[in-house]
Amino acid sequence: MPLTSKRDEIRTPISSDFDIVKARQRGRELAATLGFPPTDLALIATAISELARNIVRYADRGEIILSLVEKGEKRGIVVVARDDGPGIPDIELALQDGFSTSGSLGLGLPGCRRLMDEFDINSRNGMGTIITVKKWLR
Amino acid sequence: MVVPILKQGQYLIASVQAALTDTDLLKLRDALTEQVGTYRSRGVIMDVTALDVMDSFACRTLSDLAVMIKLRGAETVIVGIQPEVAFSMVQLGLKLEGVATALDLEEGLAYLDQKVKRVARAINEQKR
Repeated sequence: MPLTSKRDEIRTPISSDFDIVKARQRGRELAATLGFPPTDLALIATAISELARNIVRYADRGEIILSLVEKGEKRGIVVVARDDGPGIPDIELALQDGFSTSGSLGLGLPGCRRLMDEFDINSRNGMGTIITVKKWLR
Repeated sequence: MVVPILKQGQYLIASVQAALTDTDLLKLRDALTEQVGTYRSRGVIMDVTALDVMDSFACRTLSDLAVMIKLRGAETVIVGIQPEVAFSMVQLGLKLEGVATALDLEEGLAYLDQKVKRVARAINEQKR
């Protein structure tokens, strides 16, 4: 059974702070099925929490899409955070520690990049944001 | 998820039982700040042993809580941060600076006893 097919995606609509908790719990459960150690489960759940909160805070609504991925010998979890919000005008600035437009600590995006193994961000002003992060099983 | 707040002598103990939403965290912060006055408490113990994630919002809210409690004249200590939660906090860049922490409830109580005794001694010396 290919792990990357569409039907293995777990989609969680995000529009309230309760959805943030739901998404990170689902991410933790999915990662646990692959056998990630507790430390990695906490990192993954924390990263999802930050990404989902950004959706609620900046875009009102969006979704978190979880799936498992295989690349050669490697296996891991992919988290996609997608929204149709206002987008990020300056990605480089948004990835700097301590930068925030909402009065938060400004650690969400740069911190999330440190928590995960791969981090990809696609956003344009007025065109929404798609952030894809991966964690590989070691 | 409402967090029960227990009154234990001159301290308040808030014991997180499950994952908390942002709203739950803010409600808990406000309830503790309020109840410190109601019960004339000297200290607050926030037990986060069961908390699944300590992300930037949780960290900021707990920092704010500690400052607010301080402004109300009491002390706060956070207890029970799990090893994997501590690791993700460091990775995220969260330091929880200026907030007292202790290993568990027992250590937290010992910390508050020490702090409160010091304050009581200072007040007595002033009276003399």
